[in-house]
Amino acid sequence: MAVAVANRRRLSKGETRNLITGLLFVSPWLLGFLIWTLYPLVSSLYYSFTRYDLVRPAIWIGLDNFREIFTDDPRFWTVVYNTLYYVGLSVPLGVVTAFLMASLLNTKLVLRSTFRAIFYVPSIVPAVCSAMVWLFIYNNQYGVINNFLRAMGRPIIPFLSSVEWAKPSLIIISLWAQGTAVVIFLAALQDVPRSLYEAATVDGANAFHRFWHITIPMCSPIILYNLVMSLIGAFQTFLMPYLLTNGGPMASTEFYAMNLYRQAFEFFRMGKACALAWIMAVLVAILTAILFRTSGRWVFYGGGER
Amino acid sequence: MTSATRSATQSLAAATRVSYAGKYSTGRIAAEVLKYAIVITLAVSYAFPLYWMISSALKDDPQVYRIPPVLVPNPAHWENFINAWKSDNFTLYTFNSIFRYALPYTLFTLFSSSIVAYGFSRIRWPGRDKLFYLCIGTMLIPYTVTMVPLFIIFKQLHWTGTYLPMVVPALFGNAFFIFMLRQFFMTLPEELAEAARIDGAGELGIFFRIILPLSRPALAVVALFAFMGTWNDYLGPLIYINKYTMYPLALGIQKLRAMMSQVGNAPLAYPYLMAVSTIAAAPIIIIFFFAQRTFIEGIALTGLKG
Repeated sequence: MAVAVANRRRLSKGETRNLITGLLFVSPWLLGFLIWTLYPLVSSLYYSFTRYDLVRPAIWIGLDNFREIFTDDPRFWTVVYNTLYYVGLSVPLGVVTAFLMASLLNTKLVLRSTFRAIFYVPSIVPAVCSAMVWLFIYNNQYGVINNFLRAMGRPIIPFLSSVEWAKPSLIIISLWAQGTAVVIFLAALQDVPRSLYEAATVDGANAFHRFWHITIPMCSPIILYNLVMSLIGAFQTFLMPYLLTNGGPMASTEFYAMNLYRQAFEFFRMGKACALAWIMAVLVAILTAILFRTSGRWVFYGGGER
Repeated sequence: MTSATRSATQSLAAATRVSYAGKYSTGRIAAEVLKYAIVITLAVSYAFPLYWMISSALKDDPQVYRIPPVLVPNPAHWENFINAWKSDNFTLYTFNSIFRYALPYTLFTLFSSSIVAYGFSRIRWPGRDKLFYLCIGTMLIPYTVTMVPLFIIFKQLHWTGTYLPMVVPALFGNAFFIFMLRQFFMTLPEELAEAARIDGAGELGIFFRIILPLSRPALAVVALFAFMGTWNDYLGPLIYINKYTMYPLALGIQKLRAMMSQVGNAPLAYPYLMAVSTIAAAPIIIIFFFAQRTFIEGIALTGLKG
């Protein structure tokens, strides 16, 4: 709006000075946006219509990359299935468990900050360290869980080496490292006005009613925020499958970002990798748009009494 | 209304109907017991992987083999830390992590992000808020979309094999940090800057002499997050660093794992891997315990106005 107004009438001397100073202050970001975001986005779109191996110049091949991806690359559909499986389970499970954990932390609890620290720390340790630990824990021969199973005379669980277990095993790790969402939820829960609960209690609402009719609606904007962020994050899962299973067994943990990484940095098919990136961007954008569209029905904005 | 009832109203575990009158009614005690049972179970399972990392770092071969698993290593082999550290050039990797990556990145982004945040918060100019929304909007772009085109740019600049592709963009500010700092700058009173302006101070002078000194807590959060992000980063170095002598600690750990599995000495590989992982995770965990409030508040802030 400010721009529209500014365009209609000439700016005063002070306003012009402010505009120039303001633009100067934000110019590092503005330049960075053009160089490190906008130009890559545009060039990536261009490369997605080319064949490019970094050595020879890029050759325009029209829609060939997309045609190959959709009709001539069976791995692509496996990867899409794996990714949707992973996203479809880890995102809702993650948001629900993080919210419940935050709700538990929001009650009167002895050692509350200790519990909060225990839930949060796994999300900040270097991912490569977590990967090494989980590799060890999940190991068939020396892993702690399997050695307990052996001690009890039970069959071992091939966490990372069987098609059935590999994806759930990775989802468990993602649930373990979601402390950030827990902390964000906890902050939202602490912002819910006490008076709402008191009024509801006077009206005879029980704890479940209060949770369902007050806590969840009041926190719904943050639930939407965490949902969107974890959706975007889950689509790009790379490091854990890369380090723990390297996509195996039988490509069952080859997720989208890993396939894209492979195309670019192992097969040097930059054009195809860019095409893959744009397909994912469109898919994520559609899903995010759907979330925002439907959010009108369940997200409650505005504080105070309802 | 007693505080006990009030906290019970928020208790999720108290989904069992809470008797309004009785502070020590059976229902309430049962709910409390159930709540602690859930919290403690969760805490134990969340803490276990990192406990396992540290305790396994202290084990020797037979202790790794033993069934059922050894939960508390006895005797503890503290020398594992030294031997593991010496098994590769970890001192060099740590040097690279800190001085080639984390430190320059943190300094650059602190400087650039705070300048930009000032332009987005303390100066009024037409179009400011629109650009700011664009700035936070970039946080929604999946990194996989710009990953490949950025690599092509840096390849053409002959920057691959160095830390420049990771460090130079920090000079242009980081949307996430800009957002955090802007939120903080907005809370500072206008009077101080106004007084300085009357005394003839320019915006740059106000920024350096008034706003920055007042913003130490917010700058600390940014420094903390920037340092943590770079210390933990794996993907950036994986793509751009190709010489062992340039490896950061994160890649060094993965190299140790690859070495160990080649030698075929799997059991001892794990205590060593766990020892190095413990050392790599230690600074993050220690910083967290010293700056717990800073961390939690910083994270909580990102969710709220987002």
